[in-house]
Amino acid sequence: MIKGNSGIRKTDVINRRMFIIGAAKIIIFTGIIARLFSLQVNENKKYLTLSDKNRIREWKLPPIRGDIVDYFGNIIAGNLKVYQLHIIPEQVENFNYLLTRLKTLLKLSDKKIEKIVKLKNKLKPWESIIVSENLSWSDFLKINNYLYDLVGVKPVMTISRNYPFSEVYTHILGYVSQPNEEEILANETVQERFVPGMKIGKLGLEKTLENYLIGTNAIQRYEVNAYGKRINQLEHQKGKQGLRVRLTVDTEVQKACGKLLNDRAGSISVMDIYTGDIIAMYSSPSYDPNKFLFGISNDDWALIRNNPLKPLVNKTLSGLYSPGSTIKPIVALSALENKIVSPSFKVKCTGKIELYGQTFHCWKEKGHGFVSLKNAMKQSCDTYFYEVARLLGVDRLNVTAEKFGLGKKVLGDYFDFEKSGLFPNTKWKKNNLGKGWVLGETLITGIGQGYTQTTPLQLCLMTAQIANGGYSIKPRIIVDNNPMPIEEIKRKLKEETLHSQEKKLFKDPRNIKIVQEAMFSSTNELYGTSYKSRIDDPKYQFAGKTGTAQVKRISMRERELDLKIEQIPYKDRDHALYIAYGPYINPRYALSIIIEHGGSGSRTAAPIAKELFKLIIDRNDLRNKQKNFEEIKI
Amino acid sequence: MFQHDRLNNELTFWQKVKELDYILLTSVLLLSILSLFVMYSTDGGEILFHTKSHFSKIIFFFPLMIFIAFFNIKWWHKLSYLFYFAVILLLIYVSFFGIMSSGSRRWMDLYLFNLQPSELMKIAIILCLAKYYHRIKIENVNSITSIMTVVTIILIPIIMVLSQPDLGTSILIAASGLIVLWLGGVKIKYFIYSFIVFLISLPFVISFLKPYQKLRILTFLDPDRDPLGAGYQIIQSKIAIGSGGLDGKGFLKGTQSYLDFLPEKHTDFIFTLFSEEFGFIGSVALLILYSIIIIRILRIGAISRSNFSRLFCFGFAFAIFIYIVVNLSMVLGLLPIVGSPLPIMSYGGSSMLATMIGFGIVLSAKINHKQMIA
Repeated sequence: MIKGNSGIRKTDVINRRMFIIGAAKIIIFTGIIARLFSLQVNENKKYLTLSDKNRIREWKLPPIRGDIVDYFGNIIAGNLKVYQLHIIPEQVENFNYLLTRLKTLLKLSDKKIEKIVKLKNKLKPWESIIVSENLSWSDFLKINNYLYDLVGVKPVMTISRNYPFSEVYTHILGYVSQPNEEEILANETVQERFVPGMKIGKLGLEKTLENYLIGTNAIQRYEVNAYGKRINQLEHQKGKQGLRVRLTVDTEVQKACGKLLNDRAGSISVMDIYTGDIIAMYSSPSYDPNKFLFGISNDDWALIRNNPLKPLVNKTLSGLYSPGSTIKPIVALSALENKIVSPSFKVKCTGKIELYGQTFHCWKEKGHGFVSLKNAMKQSCDTYFYEVARLLGVDRLNVTAEKFGLGKKVLGDYFDFEKSGLFPNTKWKKNNLGKGWVLGETLITGIGQGYTQTTPLQLCLMTAQIANGGYSIKPRIIVDNNPMPIEEIKRKLKEETLHSQEKKLFKDPRNIKIVQEAMFSSTNELYGTSYKSRIDDPKYQFAGKTGTAQVKRISMRERELDLKIEQIPYKDRDHALYIAYGPYINPRYALSIIIEHGGSGSRTAAPIAKELFKLIIDRNDLRNKQKNFEEIKI
Repeated sequence: MFQHDRLNNELTFWQKVKELDYILLTSVLLLSILSLFVMYSTDGGEILFHTKSHFSKIIFFFPLMIFIAFFNIKWWHKLSYLFYFAVILLLIYVSFFGIMSSGSRRWMDLYLFNLQPSELMKIAIILCLAKYYHRIKIENVNSITSIMTVVTIILIPIIMVLSQPDLGTSILIAASGLIVLWLGGVKIKYFIYSFIVFLISLPFVISFLKPYQKLRILTFLDPDRDPLGAGYQIIQSKIAIGSGGLDGKGFLKGTQSYLDFLPEKHTDFIFTLFSEEFGFIGSVALLILYSIIIIRILRIGAISRSNFSRLFCFGFAFAIFIYIVVNLSMVLGLLPIVGSPLPIMSYGGSSMLATMIGFGIVLSAKINHKQMIA
């Protein structure tokens, strides 16, 4: 059976070869099981994490900003519930119908509709479109009533910044609004916490304190599918509201300042002369920061931007003015300190002096006759101060002025737009203008004209430091955490002065006293420039100095015409200034007032101080009683 | 000679029923039922299109398997060449009139499902070569004519399938054919020579590959080079399997598949979903089930009197093994991604049809294991 034999041999070959691959199979299967084991058992953790990373996505919600409160705890920048309207495109049955319905219900413009359609095409179908960021309550109700007809529409309640005092605090707080890309990239904290729709501080303290106010995001964890669509919510992690910031300002005083300025261009600052607390800081005219929250309308923006009184400028911090006669206390003090004059030194004022071939006029054409320091200050005699400045020299005057805070930023880093102003000296002119100092310039510097430029807050600080007896204070707008009784603060101020010469701004305390008395007489004695604005009640009695800063040179012709203020074009009118402190006995507060193109200091600015001091001093007790109610770490 | 009579006479129906291999039958049934559950999971825990369609295919093809088993193995021996040529004709038909889908022309439209003739070729080539080696004298196996013949038999369908293009199936056809050559007694040196020739020609072959095929090989070598593009499938597959852990995430709880991170989860990546939900233990159990099937087929081959049955059973068992290994290696990131379904488990009519036909012939061999074939 050859054939059978061949069949059997063939069977043997097949069987033998089968065993070889059978063995190979076992090895390969073992290999696969080993691979399975390594993936599923050894590396299980790694792949579980990867799988979770795949399926779990976090959604950050906008953080809730911290409140800003005034000294008494009143919220001046808070948060408000707002009603919004979202559309979720994938739930909408008929988009065009929905849009026409919404258009009639909410009176949306064609432009807005166009925008929504554009957004719809850009976003994924499950991403919501914000139709309205800030629905009025009545619109919100309307939408809720018609909800059955508006498939795919979602009324949403959310939280937005709110400034309850509107324009009163604009120049201190600034405002929040949607950031642009640069602004997001500029701040790491914002970058990390940013979510669409979030607003950040654009100006003022809202901007400077961004990192304290911002708060942390609430986080929602969702399970998502491979296309990023949310399937279900796994977790909601609450965010923390930003820190509460307490300011030193008093809303009542701040409001009163606004009222007294009455939309005239100008500024009022009020400061505690011992603590440096800024009680009020009002720049006028102001504007409503709430308008910026949801994007300001073009009309509103044009109105603000084109206003000739420049509401966008914070005049208290970045308005630069010639101090005018309000510089005279510093000139007097400098002269006394440098022993150039004694209180009994007298100058004869004839209304003008001729020096170096130029005529320098006193404001009083007829002249003041023989005046001493006290009288010169009281009646603001320019001739006297020309003479004193000439004797003193600008460099020595500059030293005193800078000691008292002129030419330096007052609040430092808190406001990025704050200007440092300028108090000139010979070196400054040489370096910056490349020309030698001219003696005539010393004279006009002595009456606060010329190169000198000050901010209203600098004048306020200067006054405060004269009022407190010549001690350096550090102005502040944010309350810190160690409240001390006023006596202790005074004691500490003097104590510190013993150890550090920098804190003491004078050589002889009598000189300060002389200047204080001169300021007192200027307000409270007959012929004083602000005598009309005095308060006799010692509780409110204050000392001050008027100032009238020329904005342009007065020509001979104009001098002869002696025009009334109403007859001069607004732009050419003098700035009216007033600095003061009170109560005269046991002083506590200093202020500076400036009304742009207000005419004379005594007529326009000083009466405001009279109104204000009553309020400030009345509120002093309340202020003293106010305890620190909360720990704030900044 | 009673026995002789019995061998030459047809068995009665009941004798045939008695002779069926019930362990194999049960395992295949079990696998089918399991595949239905997995399909139900890919549909997201609902009876949707894939589950229904898969179920209808099982309902058609499982009885077909038993139907095939009841024909004498002699008939299948006789029809082997014809079957091979029929499938070649189908391949020709498809290359002209086939349905174009995602860049390749592989399918023909039958009412019930789209038939992919290349899948049938996986069985046809084993049948054809088994018959060839059954009939050839052992002395002639290594003759030049014989070698040329079998190489031609293998190359024709491979070239046709490659041109569809379908790399995965053509590799599987080649593997199925080569294993029968090996079992038939072709000398080892020929395998070694051809392997060397293959290695030398590899760079040329690669230069002929389509860009997407090259990309797949590159991706296999380093899946992280393009995690959202070409490497996405393999990365997601490994994540799914790895996150399954020892005992899995539970039935219908595979997040990777449920949330659509898994690609091709109904077909080539079905094991990934299974492994994610049932873990290492489930996966090993599935492999054991496959092993039982393979061992049963091998056993049937071993007890068969005819070399045709023997060659077919061994060849088919090995083919099943190769399908499983290629599919698993692919989803486990051990091999580049080539389209290759997991037998019975994967969604796909042609693959199931071919596999069921194979099982049917194996069962026929079992029933007629004492049958001699001239």
